[in-house]
Amino acid sequence: MELVLALAIGVLTASGVWLLFRPRTFQVIIGLSLIAYAVNLFIFSVGGLRVGAPPILDPAGTDTNAYADPLPQALVLTAIVISFAMTALLLVVVIASRGLTGTDHVDGQEPEQ
Amino acid sequence: MSGGLDHLVIAPIVLPLAAAALVILIDQRPLRVALSLASVISLLLISVTLLISVSDPETNGASVYRLGDWPAPFGIVLVLDRLSAMMVTLASTLGLAALIFSLARWEQAGPRFHALFLLLLAGLNGAFLTGDLFNLFVFFEVLLAASYGLVLHGSGIPRVKAGLHYIAVNLGASSLLLIGVTVIYGITGTLNMADLAQRIPQLDGDSRTLFEIGCAVLIVAFLTKAGAWPLGFWLPPTYSAASAPAAALFAIMTKVGVYATLRVTFLFFDDGVSASEGMASPLLFAGGALTIGMSAIGMLAARSFSRIAGFAVLTSSGAVLAVVGIGGERALSGALYYMISSTLAVAAFFLLIELLNRARGTSAPAVDSAVFDDEYSDPYEDAPPSDEVGVIIPAAVALISGGFILCALLISGLPPLSSFIGKVAIMMALIETNSAAAATLITALVVSSFAAVVALLRTGVEVIWTPEERTVPRVRGVEFGAIAGLLIACILLTTHGQWVLNYTDATVAWLNDAPDYVTSVLGEPPAETAMGDATP
Repeated sequence: MELVLALAIGVLTASGVWLLFRPRTFQVIIGLSLIAYAVNLFIFSVGGLRVGAPPILDPAGTDTNAYADPLPQALVLTAIVISFAMTALLLVVVIASRGLTGTDHVDGQEPEQ
Repeated sequence: MSGGLDHLVIAPIVLPLAAAALVILIDQRPLRVALSLASVISLLLISVTLLISVSDPETNGASVYRLGDWPAPFGIVLVLDRLSAMMVTLASTLGLAALIFSLARWEQAGPRFHALFLLLLAGLNGAFLTGDLFNLFVFFEVLLAASYGLVLHGSGIPRVKAGLHYIAVNLGASSLLLIGVTVIYGITGTLNMADLAQRIPQLDGDSRTLFEIGCAVLIVAFLTKAGAWPLGFWLPPTYSAASAPAAALFAIMTKVGVYATLRVTFLFFDDGVSASEGMASPLLFAGGALTIGMSAIGMLAARSFSRIAGFAVLTSSGAVLAVVGIGGERALSGALYYMISSTLAVAAFFLLIELLNRARGTSAPAVDSAVFDDEYSDPYEDAPPSDEVGVIIPAAVALISGGFILCALLISGLPPLSSFIGKVAIMMALIETNSAAAATLITALVVSSFAAVVALLRTGVEVIWTPEERTVPRVRGVEFGAIAGLLIACILLTTHGQWVLNYTDATVAWLNDAPDYVTSVLGEPPAETAMGDATP
């Protein structure tokens, strides 16, 4: 399970970084979204991968190993919301840029051929 | 400390946040202006109160505000110490000046200006006051989100182009910040900075390596926000494209990155704490010195004032980072002093540029094509046609030129103003260390002063002395008032230099004493701590 998740995070990050360096604004947005997904998965996985373990302590239970770490789940919620909002904000700017400059190049002008 | 003063610690975050929410709801412009002006003025008063309360030698340490009164490592804490009080005061000073300046024209360019402005202040203060890494990230995002809006304030192609790059770079950096925070949490199981500082000595082997990787990623993110070389190329185009009041407030945004780097370096890589001691020093020094170099070259190459100002922002960031890399209490104290003075000066310069360009008749178009038709109006267009409010001051040109001379002296660090004192304080402390690194940094500082003088003289002569058809600029009193306020703050910094340097000396001494910070936040150190010097 760790290997699959690590591969998924790695592939997402690599694709995201590659797309981030592309010249079109749409590619940059998708790239940033992929990086955000990768980071969110990474945050989620940092508490340790565990199946079927509750994140809330039972007052009777004393063995903390039987529980999933709840903090990364709280953190990832915050991170998801923030990255989502930021992507939406970037989208607005990208649309404004497309409308003002008439091109979807990240520099606002087509490179000279 | 009294109970009332305890709750004042959270006021710099809550007050602008609440005011921002209210200001969106208010439809009448005079009310909006009054509310946001009132809240920024009270913010400044609060921050000065906080500054005085921490600079009292009796209360050695930090006042810690526990949200919901949860005990420290479990709940969220705000920590007010000398460094954060200083930064909060600096932020609210800049905020007040920029807001007053914007009253003349810029705040009319969009209805969301006040809300974004207040949110940016809330984010800045939060980033300075927070005591844990994840909230640092959250407040970074708050201030960045507001700054994305402010950078676009006034719209126009140059702003949208620069804003797009700015947002993309900062979103990337925020992802790095999150990765760094997560790695650190994964290794240590805590996000509270004081708790982290306490747990670091217990790490060894693989977990230490991973922890260092996490810190490295974290610091790369901070350095991107601080605009350090080679991560800072986004900064000058963005800052020079932004409208004058926004740019003036942005002058402190790079300092948030510097602040976070300082905080993390001193808490995590403190002397005697661990094997990670001084881990980042060589890189910070190299990055800082190269940042100073980049800003010098950039200023020389710049063709317009706003580009020069954009690069001038970087000099003091570079100076602080390089001095942290070299180490030495007195040098760092001088660097902090220099940072305050240079931030105020660059902000004043950003405001002045607007007037200079107006005098030249080449004022950047405020709004050349609105993105949202219903939202933006040209602030120049609906200025009152008669001069009831905006009197043409006959001596306007003279006042602008006088302000320019003061700004030039401050930015280039020439005597007799405060930047000179700051640079001399850094250099005198560095000369004593007598090392190659110190010599490099002194050279870099001198060269950057020289570059600033050349760049400002060249552009200044062209703008102020070369006769060409020139309109007497219509400048309003509030615009002069804002610039004069910032310059007077710099002059006060000069005349009260000893007091400020004493304060920064105490700040650095406090920073160097990580165990004291830990004790202030967490209470008495637990018995099982392996740290030898945990007990103060």
